[in-house]
Amino acid sequence: MPQDAPANGADHYVVFDRVQKSYDGETLVVKDLNLDIGQGEFLTMLGPSGSGKTTCLMMLAGFETATHGEILLNGRPINNIPPHKREIGMVFQNYALFPHMTVAENLAFPLEVRKFGKSEREAKVKRALQMVQMDGFQGRRPAQLSGGQQQRIALARALVFEPDLVLMDEPLGALDKQLREHMQFEIKHLHENLGITVVYVTHDQTEALTMSDRVAVFNDGRIQQLAPPDVLYEAPDNSFVAQFIGENNTLMGTVKQIENGIALVELDDGELIDAKPVNVTRPGERTRVSIRPERVEYKAERLQDAAHTVHAEVLEFIYMGDIFRTRLRVAGNDEFVIKTRNAPDQRRLEAGEKIEIGWLPEDCRALDA
Amino acid sequence: MTDAAIDGPVLSADGRPLKQSLRRSLRRQQWRAILLIAPLFVFVLVSFLMPIGSMLFRSVENDIVPDTLPLTVAALQDWDYASGEPPGEPVYAAMAADLQAAFEEKTHTQVGRRLNYETPGVSSIFRKSGRPVSRWDLAEDGPFRDRFIDIDADWGDPEVWRTIKSYGGRYTTGYYLAAIDGELTPEGPRLKEPDQRVNQKLLWRTLWLSAFITFCTFALGYPVAWLMANIRERTANLLLILVLLPFWTSLLVRTSSWKILLQEQGVINDFAVWIGLVADDNRFQMINNQFGVVVAMTHILLPFMILPLYSVMKTISPTYVRAARSLGATSWTSFWRVYFPQSVPGIGAGAILVFILAVGYFITPELVGGADGTFISNRIYYQFSVSGNWGLAAALGTMMLAVVLVLFWVYDKIVGVDNMKLG
Repeated sequence: MPQDAPANGADHYVVFDRVQKSYDGETLVVKDLNLDIGQGEFLTMLGPSGSGKTTCLMMLAGFETATHGEILLNGRPINNIPPHKREIGMVFQNYALFPHMTVAENLAFPLEVRKFGKSEREAKVKRALQMVQMDGFQGRRPAQLSGGQQQRIALARALVFEPDLVLMDEPLGALDKQLREHMQFEIKHLHENLGITVVYVTHDQTEALTMSDRVAVFNDGRIQQLAPPDVLYEAPDNSFVAQFIGENNTLMGTVKQIENGIALVELDDGELIDAKPVNVTRPGERTRVSIRPERVEYKAERLQDAAHTVHAEVLEFIYMGDIFRTRLRVAGNDEFVIKTRNAPDQRRLEAGEKIEIGWLPEDCRALDA
Repeated sequence: MTDAAIDGPVLSADGRPLKQSLRRSLRRQQWRAILLIAPLFVFVLVSFLMPIGSMLFRSVENDIVPDTLPLTVAALQDWDYASGEPPGEPVYAAMAADLQAAFEEKTHTQVGRRLNYETPGVSSIFRKSGRPVSRWDLAEDGPFRDRFIDIDADWGDPEVWRTIKSYGGRYTTGYYLAAIDGELTPEGPRLKEPDQRVNQKLLWRTLWLSAFITFCTFALGYPVAWLMANIRERTANLLLILVLLPFWTSLLVRTSSWKILLQEQGVINDFAVWIGLVADDNRFQMINNQFGVVVAMTHILLPFMILPLYSVMKTISPTYVRAARSLGATSWTSFWRVYFPQSVPGIGAGAILVFILAVGYFITPELVGGADGTFISNRIYYQFSVSGNWGLAAALGTMMLAVVLVLFWVYDKIVGVDNMKLG
């Protein structure tokens, strides 16, 4: 698939080639992983805990060894290179700032072990601190800093020795929502300005969507889909990705026919809808149909002529400020949600109301059951 | 704040000053806290602090001489040792009166023994003189000088009188002088000959061996604690039980087993002879010397080093070392620059614990120390129970306490007591 290729031309910067990992010799945590990361790319590994994403990151960093397969960095196999010789910067989940050292000592540490002279160290430390807007904090100890400040220092420490590749293991997990969103943009900007390659691990899908060039969705030790954020959100390859990324309505049904790239699906209560067949191939197959809440329309004038409509009953209306969130009963599913923008012409639906809803066939994806 | 400045103290709802109300509401909690610690506090006060205080007081107390020989002490005021002559008749008369009274009370031997600590031989002349002097008629039988010298020629020795004069006060520094191996000579206080400075030698040995034992427990315990902190919980718990196992047997049993292992006809020597390492008539001397003390005490005190180390190391997240490695440090640099400094509070706690326990150790040096492995505590015990010189024992004890306090202060300056973590 074309979206599997890295965003820019410089291919094969980091390559996972049929990598497997097992801790106990009985189960595979990572199953047959193939991944090709381009230079300068921001790639996020997204997945629920236990999906193998952190293990992959640790194998790349050198803290875990692959049970099978090869990891290449810049064309060089790195399986037998110890972590300190890989020249990979890393930001850890709880920052791992050395508590007995000051900020300046923390930042100077990677330069010291690389035998930089004192004046050069100080200059680089200052520059790195300026980069994260923390100049002047040289003499503080990590314990004297707030979570966000520690995060910046951790970032600066991973960048101060100018690695080409930086790994980040849920770096924003410990911050509150507002700060997290702010830091997302800062990291994104640093990535753009420095031209570094970033491999980012998170279980927060919003973070993955807003920051990445491409996202690899992990589940059960495999990459379920590797795609740019928009593709991932709008065209999920399978029902796991559809459920995991963003909010999603699902309806169960059976494929009646597939014609001209459109599948006719009979829902379990007998209604018929059109859907885009993604991984259903023949009539008679069970399918899970997935529609994003904001792609559902209930005003007749907004529906296109070709669209199939379905009966729905309003169960609950929730006012959320910028949007309205309405819960409906559709084809026996009580958890069907639609989202509408809070615009002047928008009507507030009331519980008990009977409405017709519809969508474009390409927004409705027939996935594996 | 500004309100209070303008309107006076802040008031609570019922019009009372807020501070007063707060104090009232906290009083119950304070009382409960006091009641909770009261039993232990009283127990410690009565059974520990007061006896120790009175014991330490004995290191300067000297009531027995002025109480038993009041007239003699007063009469000796006018006598000058520098004259080289024994004192005049009034002093002998006073001594006769004092001794008669003391003989009644049966205290003349005690004062003799007290003075004997300072000048050997005094004890016997007091013991010898008690009965004869008691038969004298104080009014008729004078002059007493020659009669005293008849009983024992030493009564004519100015040295004896100098001792009584020097130690006639209610308080004395004599025990401390003795504790640091000093003696009072006619020319003033000075240290004894180097080969007679027993207490100093024992003090240095105690400190030095304790420091060495502390180092040994550190060298042996650090890797074990590290391992325990870095393996699976279940295995770590098993190891912890093995570390604590020695605590479940009595100290005496453990020391005795080292005796069995290390002695000349012991297990280790037998084995060494059996494999031909040493000749049967040339066995290792591993017990009743410093080697034996170091081995046995290191073993006994090891848990006190391992436990604080372990509890501190458990809190050091493995990501620190990983972070160091990812920043380009070798495994040794990561350990030395990142892991080790964070484990220092555990080393500090373990070291001070082991050192202070070692300094005061008694049983093990007594049993396996022999002549050159005994500690100052064995000396204190000897003065206390064999020689009966409680004053000297107390002075040695006080001195030991002072040395430990000084070391603790130095330690605080270097490592910092706040930087010490027991768990």
